[in-house]
Amino acid sequence: MATLSADIGVTYRMRAGDLGALFSTLHAANFLTIGPRLSGEAIILEELNGPEDLPVGWGDEQEAGRYRLRRRADQAFFGYNLGPESWKKFLTPQRQLLWRARRQGATFTIEQPERLGGGPQQLAFIGVRACELAAIRVQERVREVSGQPANDLIDAKCRVATPFLVGVTCAQSAATCFCTSMGTGPALGPPGSSGVGYDLALTEFPSEDDHHFTIEARSERGADIASHIPRQLATEEECDAVRQQSDTTAALMRRHLKLDKPAQLFQDSLEHPHWDEVASRCLSCANCTLVCPTCFCTNIEDTSDLSGDVAERWLRWDSCFHLDFSYLHGGSVRQTTRSRYRQWLTHKLGTWHEQFGSSGCVGCGRCIAWCPVGIDLTVELEALTLSPEVTGVQTGKYEHP
Amino acid sequence: MRRERLKKMAVWKFASCDGCQLSLLDCEDELLTLAGKIKIAHFIEASRAVMRGPYDLSLVEGSITTPDDAERIKEVRRESRTLITIGACATSGGIQALRNFADVREFTSIVYARPEYIHTLAQSTGIADHVKVDFELRGCPINKRQLLEVILAFLKGRRPNIASESVCVECKARGNICIAVAKGVACMGPVTQAGCGAICPAYDRGCYGCFGPKEHANVNSLRADWSEQKGLSPLAMERLFHTFHAWAEPFRQAGLAAKQDLTPEIQRIEAECE
Ligand code: SF4
Ligand code: SF4
Ligand code: SF4
Repeated sequence: MATLSADIGVTYRMRAGDLGALFSTLHAANFLTIGPRLSGEAIILEELNGPEDLPVGWGDEQEAGRYRLRRRADQAFFGYNLGPESWKKFLTPQRQLLWRARRQGATFTIEQPERLGGGPQQLAFIGVRACELAAIRVQERVREVSGQPANDLIDAKCRVATPFLVGVTCAQSAATCFCTSMGTGPALGPPGSSGVGYDLALTEFPSEDDHHFTIEARSERGADIASHIPRQLATEEECDAVRQQSDTTAALMRRHLKLDKPAQLFQDSLEHPHWDEVASRCLSCANCTLVCPTCFCTNIEDTSDLSGDVAERWLRWDSCFHLDFSYLHGGSVRQTTRSRYRQWLTHKLGTWHEQFGSSGCVGCGRCIAWCPVGIDLTVELEALTLSPEVTGVQTGKYEHP
Repeated sequence: MRRERLKKMAVWKFASCDGCQLSLLDCEDELLTLAGKIKIAHFIEASRAVMRGPYDLSLVEGSITTPDDAERIKEVRRESRTLITIGACATSGGIQALRNFADVREFTSIVYARPEYIHTLAQSTGIADHVKVDFELRGCPINKRQLLEVILAFLKGRRPNIASESVCVECKARGNICIAVAKGVACMGPVTQAGCGAICPAYDRGCYGCFGPKEHANVNSLRADWSEQKGLSPLAMERLFHTFHAWAEPFRQAGLAAKQDLTPEIQRIEAECE
């Protein structure tokens, strides 16, 4: 196929059958393609060889504390909503070796592990939804502001070699989604003025007789890749259909989060009786923070081996729901589940603004679906922002005395 | 350079299945190196050659179930600078603590021809109920990687890297998809301490809680979820809580509460039978 240059910001039409060209072009450009794949009971993010690895014809049904895969009536490649994993799986892995010290006689040497981005291949993320790009940006800002010790390590992948991002519009929302409230989706939005952005933006139209995509390049390298994909200029109706798709998704969004004065959430709710009520249900199991695409807290673990000659320092995900997380001299500061849940919610939705200039929540709904007892932050917040006198509100599907 | 005296380690067995001691023998690759770092002075399961105390480190397996053992553990404590318990039996009485919910004399009269020869305590209890314990390593059986970490930390005089968080954290680290959420399985993971590496959920089984209650085990919330959302029967709930750590306080209570819910059901069945 001849290469036809693609222009940034122009919408093209692409046949669904040509999706393979996107993968092969990315592979030819030495990208490792990562995206959604069916794995047992859910759709997770893994390396993909081609479109055949996508969860074709699969969707899902989500509610608080519940996730089920469902067969779709069509053959949509991206007809699912978010699964339990987010891109932080690759951007800030669960465990990273920071350095290794080796005893050599009376002295020792320090070895640094191979830099993450230093590998031969760059990553391409396929199917990054609007709220997920927002989450990647939130994590970027956190890194900038806090200058964590692992900064350069993460930078190696995230900034020196920013993954190639292929966005996909959400054709439907899960019952747990509330991106409209957080201003992060469902439309892929205009190209970002700063920070990480999409290289390509796709919208899928999975009708039986005319299964096609629209594709728009958002960056130069995006245009480069698009130029190798068979396509034609999209008609005006086809461009409108992109907007309509996200408008419909937005209109059908079932959950909402309303917070007028986020900066005051913490002070205003400090002694709210509802914290005790949530604590009576919360298991402090940390699932919510593990699935959240913006939660970034880590812990340092030092290990030594049996010979006593090798010591390692690891960085690993931690959670504000852990007792040891708030361990200071003399003990843990947040002993109760009440104080841990309060820390999580007021940081995520409130003090995050002050610290990082935005909300820490992008409205992806993962923490709602993957909480084993279905605790729903949108419902908890509603109860909290009601005046303390009006307590005893029935929260969600779970009613506890 | 002056050669440092090797620290002495002893391994003790009380009422148990020996599985945790086997975990130590199971450290095949590391055992020889370990033997060069610490003197294995008393480990009857491995060698008849025993050295006299005192010992720098004692690993204690098993629960206290007889009057003799209740005395022997005090002796072990006196002989040990550091005492670390290994396994569910030593932590909370083990699976044999199920008898704590019933009348032992009744059992013995049914099981043994001459019950008067049986000298046993009414309850099976963990070691910490009898003597001061410096560290409890959980599991049924313990995880050998954790065991090595504890011994290593002891040798280096540092805090062992043994997390007090939930099994869920290991599920996520392993890449397991949560079966409680995705399949509606009743899983003990959220109230159970990590350490096993989330083995059961990896094989599509709910966690059985063999590492015992995590700190702040909110068993009531989990029980409410099981009955309201997953339709679990009180009997199934009692079984889940009353297995490996039946006598650990949060699990003991949760199992008893489930049992209480069971009473009307039993009465109904009995009435129907009459
Ligand atoms: S809110 Fe849910 S997922 Fe988060 S710690 Fe509590 S019980 Fe676990
Ligand atoms: S707090 Fe919950 S809804 Fe918000 S970004 Fe995190 S996981 Fe998604
Ligand atoms: S399967 Fe069990 S242990 Fe694993 S995350 Fe779900 S509730 Fe937790």
